[in-house]
Amino acid sequence: MIPALVVFAYLGVVLYIGIFAFRRGDRGGAAEGYFLANRSLGQYVFLLSLFGTNMTAFTILGSAGHAFTNGIVTYGLMGSSSAFLIPLTLYLFGTRIWALGKRHGFITPVQMYRDRWECGHIGTAIFAMQAVLLVPYIVIAVMGGGTTLSAVSGGFVPYWLGGLVVAVVVMSYVFLGGMRGTAWVNTFQTVLFLTFGAAAIIFIGISIGGFPQAMQQLLDSPETAPLMTREQVAPRFFFSYMLIPLSSIMFPHISIFCLTASKMGQFKKTIIFYPLCILAIWLPCTFLGLAANAMTDVPGIEEKIEARATLADERELLTSAETADLQRAAAGDDVIILMLEHYAPLWLAGLLGAGIMAAVMASDSQILALSTMFAEDVFAYYGGASRFGPAVQVQTGRIFVIVIALVAYVIALQLPPGIFGIAVQYAFSGFTTLLPLLIAALFWRRSTKWGALAVVIWTASTMLAVAVLQATIPAPVPGTVVSVWAINGIDVVTRTPGGTAVLGFMPVLPMLLGSSLLMIIVSCVTPAPTAKTLARYFSTPHASGHVEPV
Amino acid sequence: MKRSVLTILVVALYFLHQDYWFWFSAEPLAFGIFPVGLVYHAVYSIAVAVLMWILIRFAWPDHLEDESGSPVSSGEKTS
Repeated sequence: MIPALVVFAYLGVVLYIGIFAFRRGDRGGAAEGYFLANRSLGQYVFLLSLFGTNMTAFTILGSAGHAFTNGIVTYGLMGSSSAFLIPLTLYLFGTRIWALGKRHGFITPVQMYRDRWECGHIGTAIFAMQAVLLVPYIVIAVMGGGTTLSAVSGGFVPYWLGGLVVAVVVMSYVFLGGMRGTAWVNTFQTVLFLTFGAAAIIFIGISIGGFPQAMQQLLDSPETAPLMTREQVAPRFFFSYMLIPLSSIMFPHISIFCLTASKMGQFKKTIIFYPLCILAIWLPCTFLGLAANAMTDVPGIEEKIEARATLADERELLTSAETADLQRAAAGDDVIILMLEHYAPLWLAGLLGAGIMAAVMASDSQILALSTMFAEDVFAYYGGASRFGPAVQVQTGRIFVIVIALVAYVIALQLPPGIFGIAVQYAFSGFTTLLPLLIAALFWRRSTKWGALAVVIWTASTMLAVAVLQATIPAPVPGTVVSVWAINGIDVVTRTPGGTAVLGFMPVLPMLLGSSLLMIIVSCVTPAPTAKTLARYFSTPHASGHVEPV
Repeated sequence: MKRSVLTILVVALYFLHQDYWFWFSAEPLAFGIFPVGLVYHAVYSIAVAVLMWILIRFAWPDHLEDESGSPVSSGEKTS
């Protein structure tokens, strides 16, 4: 019960931060105040909050679970690739989004696309696409909250109540504090889970008498030695996974967050320290997930290892239902919680539970981003702001926060979690596929609204195609693939245990190539924006004399 | 020249992420616990931070700030 009390105390602190931000200001009814904190965030809040915004339930629970099953490849796949590409995209694109927002008063990326390409409803199509890709995150956060509260209270708090508490707390501080409240809460949460990884390693390491023996045990066993290398992962898959972090800057909550910095200089510390923050969180989680394979004395972990061994040894004999049951039993998403329950003292398990909760609750930025986009890109764009005034616009955004949180809660209660886990996978590929929108808008004068529409349609179509393929062809057992389409004996499209592959690459590679090509081809055959519009974006003479994109 | 060198550095680091040379190796274990493939990517993350510092030091797009329009308006505050 003590861990649950610590987690509830944490939720109280988070709520207070939101209320404090509400009292602090931004109550004048102006949209920029509520949605962007008046573009006034300082460098440390900007760094910690932006980083926290990018960290989700998957960061702590999912990364350790992935490492438990797949070994050290987890860090290279998701940690170091993000450490490289996310700060690089902030440097290349985030700074330009900030400058354009400041110059033209944009609050959402769709406003920029509409202005840049002189379009209206195509902007609405971009809004709809981004909203569809964002919703699963919010649902999964409510689910994660319910699961975590239920786990740390030993079942005393039921799943439905845990999810409700998380939904109400997040809704309250986003409703009251807007961007400022959300940024402060994210800052507090980031500090919590930055200390989480180191604390977990130290206490678990002390409890088991050090890690060297555990690592040697893994190395000596033929079942676990491959987890210490990357031999189970194909280099093509690893290479194409590197495209996934490109999605980060296309998430609306990240691009909107780029607009909150008071000066462009606030990006500097964020860009430099982002890789180090990734290291501080992902390395301990990956390592602990790997080490869990040696901790067979922890209740629950041995059952997972046995289920994995049965899957490997008897995969030819199992029915698909048995395979699915064993895959669920072998999943490692809760290994960190199991280790903490076993090795950490109660008060520390509570603190670490709060750290996990901090990551689980990262949906606040997504809720605020959806509310901002609805208030600006739909309500204001279609005449609501001019008819009813800016105060009503902000109130509309606030009401939308309540609606999203409640809808997410109802969906979380109704549907099995697996559906949204898959939807989140699609979201990363989808946002990466949308990246040509941003690059073309910022750097290519000749790009057009029809090129943008082609990118949106291509993204929706390819995601739907992958979803239909994965729904109709069941996942094969680990270690095998099912050929879906072959030419001259070469497998072009295959169904893999983890999803789909195209010539051995993740689908995101052909999806991104396709959207890039469509943007180029369709733009070249359709009329360019007017010279007047282009002059507002590309007329800046550089010191060297050539024209720079703003 | 400066831009070319920085571009080469960025592209080189992108491809250094694909470290085939440690693909099948677990040993040596750093500090007796960290497999070499994991250590490589940990060091890689630090190298990325250094590269970002170099980009900011030598190629920060100052002109964007100059041309972003009016300074922070009255009443704004830094959190």
